[in-house]
Amino acid sequence: MLYYAVKRLGSLCISLIIASLVIFTCIEIVPGDPASFMLGINAQPDTIAALREELGLNQSLTQRYFGWVGGLLTGDLGTSYTYRSPVSEIVADRIAISLPLAIYALSLTVLIAFPVGLIAASKRGSVTDVSVMGATQLGIAIPNFWFAMLMVLIFAINLRWFSAGGFPGWDAGFWVAMKALTLPAIALALPQASILSRVMRSSLLDTLSEDYVRTARAKGLTRRQVMWRHALRNALIPVLTIIGLQFSFLLAGAIIIENVFFLPGLGRLVFQAITQRDLIVVESVIMLLVFAVIVVNFLVDLAYAWVDPRLRVQS
Amino acid sequence: MSLLSIQNLSLSIHGKPILKGVSIDIEAGQVCGVIGESGSGKSMTAFSVVQLLPDGASSEGKVMLDGIDVLTAHESTLCDLRGRAVGIVFQEPMTALNPVKTIGDQVMETILIHERVSKAEAMDRAADALTRCELPPDRFPMTRYPHELSGGQRQRVVIAMAIALRPKLLIADEPTTALDVTTQAEILQLLKQLVTEDGMSMMFITHDLAVVTGLADKIVIMKDGEVVERGHAATLHTEMQQPYTKQLFAASTHQPERGQQSTPDPILKVENAVRTYLLPRQSFFGERPEFHAVNDVSFDIKRGECLGLVGESGCGKSTLTRAILGLEPLKSGRITLDGEPVSTSVAQRRMQVVFQDPYGSFNPRHKVERLIKEPFHRLDRQATEQEVDDALVSVGLQPSDKHKYPHEFSGGQRQRIAIARALIIRPDLIILDEAVSALDVSVRAQVLDLLVELSREFDLTYLFITHDLTVVRSIADRILVMQKGKIVEQGATEDVFGAPSSDYTRSLIAAAPQLPDMTKASTS
Amino acid sequence: MTHDSFVQSLFRSRNLVIGVGMTAVFAIAALVSLIWTPYDVTQLAIANKMQTPSATHWFGTDHFGRDILSMLMVGAQTSIAVAFIAVGIGMGIGVPLGLTAAARRGGVLDEIIMRGNDLVFAFPSLVIAIMITALFGPSAVNAIIAIGIFNIPVFARLSRGAALPLWTRDFIMSARVAGKGAARISVEHILPNIFNLLIVQGTIQFSLGILAEAGLSYVGLGAQPPIPSWGRMLAESQTLISIAPHLALFPGCTILLTVLGLNLAGDGLRDLLDPRIRRTGR
Repeated sequence: MLYYAVKRLGSLCISLIIASLVIFTCIEIVPGDPASFMLGINAQPDTIAALREELGLNQSLTQRYFGWVGGLLTGDLGTSYTYRSPVSEIVADRIAISLPLAIYALSLTVLIAFPVGLIAASKRGSVTDVSVMGATQLGIAIPNFWFAMLMVLIFAINLRWFSAGGFPGWDAGFWVAMKALTLPAIALALPQASILSRVMRSSLLDTLSEDYVRTARAKGLTRRQVMWRHALRNALIPVLTIIGLQFSFLLAGAIIIENVFFLPGLGRLVFQAITQRDLIVVESVIMLLVFAVIVVNFLVDLAYAWVDPRLRVQS
Repeated sequence: MSLLSIQNLSLSIHGKPILKGVSIDIEAGQVCGVIGESGSGKSMTAFSVVQLLPDGASSEGKVMLDGIDVLTAHESTLCDLRGRAVGIVFQEPMTALNPVKTIGDQVMETILIHERVSKAEAMDRAADALTRCELPPDRFPMTRYPHELSGGQRQRVVIAMAIALRPKLLIADEPTTALDVTTQAEILQLLKQLVTEDGMSMMFITHDLAVVTGLADKIVIMKDGEVVERGHAATLHTEMQQPYTKQLFAASTHQPERGQQSTPDPILKVENAVRTYLLPRQSFFGERPEFHAVNDVSFDIKRGECLGLVGESGCGKSTLTRAILGLEPLKSGRITLDGEPVSTSVAQRRMQVVFQDPYGSFNPRHKVERLIKEPFHRLDRQATEQEVDDALVSVGLQPSDKHKYPHEFSGGQRQRIAIARALIIRPDLIILDEAVSALDVSVRAQVLDLLVELSREFDLTYLFITHDLTVVRSIADRILVMQKGKIVEQGATEDVFGAPSSDYTRSLIAAAPQLPDMTKASTS
Repeated sequence: MTHDSFVQSLFRSRNLVIGVGMTAVFAIAALVSLIWTPYDVTQLAIANKMQTPSATHWFGTDHFGRDILSMLMVGAQTSIAVAFIAVGIGMGIGVPLGLTAAARRGGVLDEIIMRGNDLVFAFPSLVIAIMITALFGPSAVNAIIAIGIFNIPVFARLSRGAALPLWTRDFIMSARVAGKGAARISVEHILPNIFNLLIVQGTIQFSLGILAEAGLSYVGLGAQPPIPSWGRMLAESQTLISIAPHLALFPGCTILLTVLGLNLAGDGLRDLLDPRIRRTGR
């Protein structure tokens, strides 16, 4: 088990290093001179020189790379050219919205998908199964930002249950803040929950056709008991894979959904940074998103080993 | 009254008839062998007893088990019967256990769902059951997972689950088919012992007549969903009435007529061949351990002979096959075909191979013509129409069969196509890698005849690789016995069988199930 | 399987018929728009702005007075082109990578390819699009590249996963005995046997591509004005949603139905082609 975990941790580190190299190359090397890129074609040579100095562009590439990575590790992400404040502070403010939103949406996804998948699989072929699976087809096909707009129209504009957008801040109280994140989280969770329900259902049905399920039935277990005691845990293996993948979809989706609800999260930040050509901010936010995805996949790998004892010994 | 009484049972699945009027009675304490080839309906008969049938199954007739009609019984009654009154052992020990639960939990479950006992008591009784199945918890902790056990050990766990509550009837569905011959003998011994100790009845399903000899009290033979013959095990081989039964007995002991034609000069020489694999690292430090799949193996194959290579699974015979075909590099030693190293294409174009699985041997998307032309890839020219037709005819198929896809043929016919593919470039050496192991006995006898006939006609040399001693005895001129990567015995077939020199060979021969000697029985 | 029974089972698969039918409607609309649309989508007619659906404008007009039906038809071109080319990129690069990895299973090349895949998976398509846009500015081509790159590991993993069990089959061993190399075996024996899977996955990635393109152009990272696109139509309708909900309704429903059609077609295809479900002929 320890060997497995350490090995996964090793590949996590390698992934992070390569990802940082890729991002660094794309943002700092591809555009040629980042300083003149950021300031645009009309910039004065001395302004560019000043920015070059500020960004440390006069150092060699390796120095710049290790400077950046060192900054990432110590929490010093440099200073934003447009906001004139430390990037780490700006990003921290935004994460306080984006991360809770992603976790909220992921929890909703799992809370919806598990029961739905279980019910559909245990009542396979019934009216419930067919209608629930039909509904998930719609859920997958619906663009989440459009669904968000419709929810705003119905629940905010017409029914006035929620505000149409914006975020009061965590200072306004936990439940007030959570309420502001509810519609965005539902919009994010619905398509993912639909996908996960279908995966859950088909994975359960696959496991139910395994030999060991027949063995369990031969011991005298009812269909229901077999489902809970034998099929569920085995069916979790593919479900975990999908949950890992979905986290990255949720993060990416959050960037779009934040725009629908005018939430000042990482997504809004990165779009503002793009329009203002603030490469420093873009670079940091992208690294952060990629970091999150890689870490979640590492956790999923550990969860595999928890579910499946065969992985604990295999290399 | 019988413990189990199947009366005129008919079964269809999605409208397709599977069983037609099957009747079988099993008395308390009696062992009944149900024998049939694939598709005979023998397993479905067994699953009908506990009503674990696939979706879309509908049955007619009557199945009385311990006074209960299972066809009309409620599901809750059936759940109560399963595990408590009837235990079941399945064919595939590798997949019959839940991979994410410990073996202790799985054995305990049988007890916990039927009896209101504490977990500690259930655990004690599970330990008892495992001990009775020769997996004592002090040597095989109950916290082990199935993947930490071998196939034979897993089958013991499955048996422990089935007998934990001392059921009145044990249904064993080909319980030893997936196992090696020595393991098979141990499991058969174990089942026999459990049946005697508990006075249990057993329904033993198999395709292999020899397996039930000495185990069953009575025998039922099935074909195409019907019972064709029944009788006492001790006397069936003398009293059998039906032509099918006679044919089955004959095929099981079939001896193709081989013409002795081997010459003293060797065609293939294997000299001190060693092939190793690196195993996964066990710790962070240290060397990766090496596994010697083929360990210093030397032998010759003489032109025109049929050399049998016998060994259990994992003994290295598949690796050796690939090395001979030039598909695996050796760590040391050399293999030559008429002096040419087998890694050269000169040597490779003179060898062909026929594999075990008649379903996996062909690309399902290609037609027969394209399939059997494939070996021509090594030659400088294309196959002619005539050569394709000749190859098909020589294995007993029609030239028109070349326009069909492999799924349009039966297992035996596919194996003929595989032989045609091996023959088409007129090789000198054909390696038969478990080539008849997946076939039903009657088909197997025909394919063996064909092989002998072809070797005479085309002057072929065979390397016949198998785990099945009966088959190898009937066809091989000489035999090599392989164990753990080494050749432990070699010699002429009758010498090896008559006076085996190594312990391993002796244990193999002792473990192999034997049919009663029919010639002796019928004259006495 | 004879030709007749194939056609019969094709029509028996209700999902497939409905899905293909729906997809065909949108494909035909896109094709027709190449030569004809009810109104010119580049012509602004402020006088006609924000009309509700009527006999002259079936789906109404937008805030510039443009005919929504015509814009949706032209927008279908963008959506289909972006998603189609992105699937092409994913398959064209991903499948060879996956087949190579499977042919060299357990080797260094396999490890490199699969680690590379994991790495690309760590970059959601939107993040790739953001990076590209940060450097080169937004355009439909960016959307294609971003979605295409995202598709590569999907196809690489799928084809490797499907090819691995095939490599252990005896018919591959026979081909090796016949002297065929790994590349030849991959093309001749592996590819035809995983083709069905690729088609099914291609359909699914196509529908995901349409959703992703809509998302990218909604946030302004996709096709730029004046090229009509479904996502941007939704973005423009957002501020007007309380006054003119139909502006948001029609583009949204169009995306929903297109994606639904493709998914149904994909499911139907899988039922039709997957031998685990369809056992006839065996």
